[in-house]
Amino acid sequence: MDILILLLALFVLALFLGVELITKVPPTLHTPLMSGTNAVSGITLVGALMAAGTDSSPVLVNWLGFVAIMFATINVVGGYLVTNRMLAMFKRR
Amino acid sequence: MSPNLVSFVYLIAAILFILGIKGLTKPKTAVRGNLLSAVGMLLAVTVTLLTVNNVDFRYVIAGVAVGALVGGMMALKVQMTSMPQMVALLNGFGGGASLTIALAEFVTRVGMAPTSLSEIGQPLVIPVNAFGDGLVGTIAIVSIGLTVLIGAVTLTGSLVAFAKLQELMKKAYGLPGGPLANGLLLFGAVVSLVILVNNPGNLAAMLAILGLALLLGLFLVMPIGGADMPVVIALLNSYSGIAAALAGFILGNTVLIVAGSLVGTSGLILTQIMCVAMNRSLSNVLFGKMAAGGEEIDADEIYDGKVTSAQPDEIALMLETAKRVVIIPGFGMAMAQAQHAVRELADALEAQGAEVEYGIHPVAGRMPGHMNVLLAEAEVPYDKLVEMDRINPTFEETDVVIVIGANDVTNPMARESEGSPIYGMPILNVDKAKNVVVIKRSLSPGFAGLPNPLFAMDHTVMVYGDGKKAVVEMTTALNQI
Repeated sequence: MDILILLLALFVLALFLGVELITKVPPTLHTPLMSGTNAVSGITLVGALMAAGTDSSPVLVNWLGFVAIMFATINVVGGYLVTNRMLAMFKRR
Repeated sequence: MSPNLVSFVYLIAAILFILGIKGLTKPKTAVRGNLLSAVGMLLAVTVTLLTVNNVDFRYVIAGVAVGALVGGMMALKVQMTSMPQMVALLNGFGGGASLTIALAEFVTRVGMAPTSLSEIGQPLVIPVNAFGDGLVGTIAIVSIGLTVLIGAVTLTGSLVAFAKLQELMKKAYGLPGGPLANGLLLFGAVVSLVILVNNPGNLAAMLAILGLALLLGLFLVMPIGGADMPVVIALLNSYSGIAAALAGFILGNTVLIVAGSLVGTSGLILTQIMCVAMNRSLSNVLFGKMAAGGEEIDADEIYDGKVTSAQPDEIALMLETAKRVVIIPGFGMAMAQAQHAVRELADALEAQGAEVEYGIHPVAGRMPGHMNVLLAEAEVPYDKLVEMDRINPTFEETDVVIVIGANDVTNPMARESEGSPIYGMPILNVDKAKNVVVIKRSLSPGFAGLPNPLFAMDHTVMVYGDGKKAVVEMTTALNQI
């Protein structure tokens, strides 16, 4: 029970922090912001690794885990690389 | 590795994500911010790999290898004009990842053997407390159900958004009954969720949530298109974050909750900005209702005999004496891949002493910030890209405005014609400038389906044709003068 309240508090505080942070991002960087947050949402890779099951899990769990790991990795690798590519163009001058 | 140490590393990762987004508040610090964020990701993933026990690494290695290959190829190959498609796909994969995590967790907790797929419909005999005691168990199964719901909507919705942006799907399809049918799909999914919460072993309820949510994502986005795309992409971006945060609740994982909420709020704020910039409510965009049109406006009546057109070399003569020029890019510039040509025209103007700025409407293009990225690609310095509110007061001192591939965002009816569908939408007041040049293929209406009185004004000149070709010809003529 205690841990749930803690997680809920974390969730709500993170939402407020998100509002404070994101409203300060200038419109000119809104596209990199979206691809950058795509990369951050690749944090589901952590969840995917935890949910992917063990060598004694049903095979279905392993396969679902494989798909989750693949999707999340696309977001992490694709998201950070493409954001870096865009931001480098903004930095050039 | 002790759980406390793991939590501590997750905290560091969360701080790095926050600093990463903070870096995005200035173009100069943005690259470093992105790197910090990536380091946070590496830490979180590494520490997780060190903690999980007895993982079947064949699946992990295969997933990471395929994902890294696909993600890396996409990121390095994508053209800047196609960035909206790329983000749409990433939104979808984010939703898909959360969806499959929730499904895997469900199967693990109910202890379903692979054969039991044939026993759909019969409530499974699940271990007592499979999801935990009392409230903990309820929250676990609610989180799983909600993650499946939102993850599935995000997945199919984003795939449709991708197909539309890529022009694989050109027409708008919808269910008969539109919003009502979508409402029924959502209602059915929520009812299934309630059934599932009351009986967590009910496999049929879980499959019903999954199926209905996948359909809902399809039918929600299929009728939406064109200039409404920025709202849809921002909203799906938000959903992918919310799904990740919910997945964090399933697994009791702090870093998923923090990162997911940050992404969720980011998408919601962008959605809000896009809606305000179109003076439309979110439900209005989602259910495709433009405001009722008042009386029919006859395009011929507005344009008849009043529209003047010119060749690019005539425009060059006008530009030669201009002291201040503002360029207004729209989706048409992206379509024509004209961003480099536009930059060269601006260079030529600056070389003869004119001041050049770009006026960017928040919904120009197909996603938030689309125009800025294209112009950055063409090496236009970002301080020349001026937001609507700051550029609007300067139009009266502007000698020439060049509108390329934009329409509705310059339509003075939004300001003056009460009862017009776009009345109240904030626009770029380009009609206040001394001269207006509009580069456009024809007089066809924009997304709002309205004629634009700007085109018929005395100080407006139309240049018909391909945007890139017209701009290149202007530059050539200007350099020859």
